[in-house]
Amino acid sequence: MCLAVPGKIIEIKGEESLARVATIDFSGIQKEVSLAYLPEAVIHDYVVVHAGFAIALIDQEEAAETLKAFQQLEEFEEKL
Amino acid sequence: MKFVDEYRAPLLAKQLLKNIDAITSQPWTIMEVCGGQTHSIIKHGIDQLLPDKINLIHGPGCPVCVTPLEYIDKALAIAQQPNVIFCSFGDMLRVPASHQDLLSIKAQGADIRTVYSPLDALKLAQENPNKEVVFFGVGFETTAPTVALTLYQAKQQNLKNFSVLACHVRVPPVMQALLSAEDNSVQGFLGAGHVCTIMGYHEYLPLSEQYKIPIVITGFEPVDILQGLYLCIQQLESGQHSVENQYTRLVTQQGNQPAQQLLQQVFTTVDQKWRGLGEIAQSGLAISNEYADWNAEQRFAVSDINTQEPENCRSGSILKGLSKPHDCPEFGKNCTPDHPLGATMVSSEGACAAYYHYRAHV
Repeated sequence: MCLAVPGKIIEIKGEESLARVATIDFSGIQKEVSLAYLPEAVIHDYVVVHAGFAIALIDQEEAAETLKAFQQLEEFEEKL
Repeated sequence: MKFVDEYRAPLLAKQLLKNIDAITSQPWTIMEVCGGQTHSIIKHGIDQLLPDKINLIHGPGCPVCVTPLEYIDKALAIAQQPNVIFCSFGDMLRVPASHQDLLSIKAQGADIRTVYSPLDALKLAQENPNKEVVFFGVGFETTAPTVALTLYQAKQQNLKNFSVLACHVRVPPVMQALLSAEDNSVQGFLGAGHVCTIMGYHEYLPLSEQYKIPIVITGFEPVDILQGLYLCIQQLESGQHSVENQYTRLVTQQGNQPAQQLLQQVFTTVDQKWRGLGEIAQSGLAISNEYADWNAEQRFAVSDINTQEPENCRSGSILKGLSKPHDCPEFGKNCTPDHPLGATMVSSEGACAAYYHYRAHV
């Protein structure tokens, strides 16, 4: 039930923060969702969407850091 | 898909499994709290790849599973009334009430709609001013804000033909209930990642401290889950206990503030009954008095419906981690996803349903 799917904001409509709506691209499938809970979100941000609401911004630096840490681990193992 | 595929990479998973193997010196019992994590673990066979010493228990974080029977009875009582359009997320439709489920009364003519978002139900109310539109609000702290904003908009628009049958529950109280039980066997938790995107993880700090238990806030892809397990086992092996955050790309300690503010405005924390687990103090979110006009329980006078759970279902013991699905004599025989006897078989996120779909041979 708490499934949330990542996608990219390609358009934002509305001014008042609780009424903002974004078009999200989910790898080719597009859907309008509420941006009420992400007043800071801008076009090209990646978000995760749950039940028609963007609930969190994806921190791209953190995402890259996590994966980089894994890759370093792997390279280290290969050298051994 | 970006931010999905890279967390399913077999090489990374293999590496993490190797690391887990290397640090595991003794048996540990770890509970993944969220049903989405359970689904991912069983689907990808993660539990079978782990060292034998690691025992995963599938926790109560499946809202469809833990919604008490009486709420399904209330839903049916409302949906059967004339002039009602009853809206729900799809996975609630097959959950059996005392006698039938929502899908079977739909077949008998009730107007029941599956919606993707509570906002879709609100739109239906705007488009059908002569109908009563009711949304069945079920879910944890991830879903409750979507219903909160829908109620907020209904009030703003003074939309009188819309109401919500709300049965929202909170994760920290059920974790506390499990930990304080005499028969508790959980030694570490993978915290529910998406609940924490909304709520943050400050609520888990006192829990970890009081029960001296590691809690690792964890995501849903295989690599996330394996990393969460690695961090949890690392703490257990070194005798530490703290709250760690594996899901840093989404979760911050303070969570989503606007969502929390609206939750507080629209809902009140109340004691709540859980299917299979009984009543848990302060574990529910009920519609506040300010929004009473949009509370379907009051509008349709169904508050007094009170139902007992069937006794031949072991979901309570499965949700506490005391039994595995295949320990139950009814599993796969009298209890299947099409004809579930109880909580853990009703949704694909329930432990019994996940075992049934991906491990029917067990």
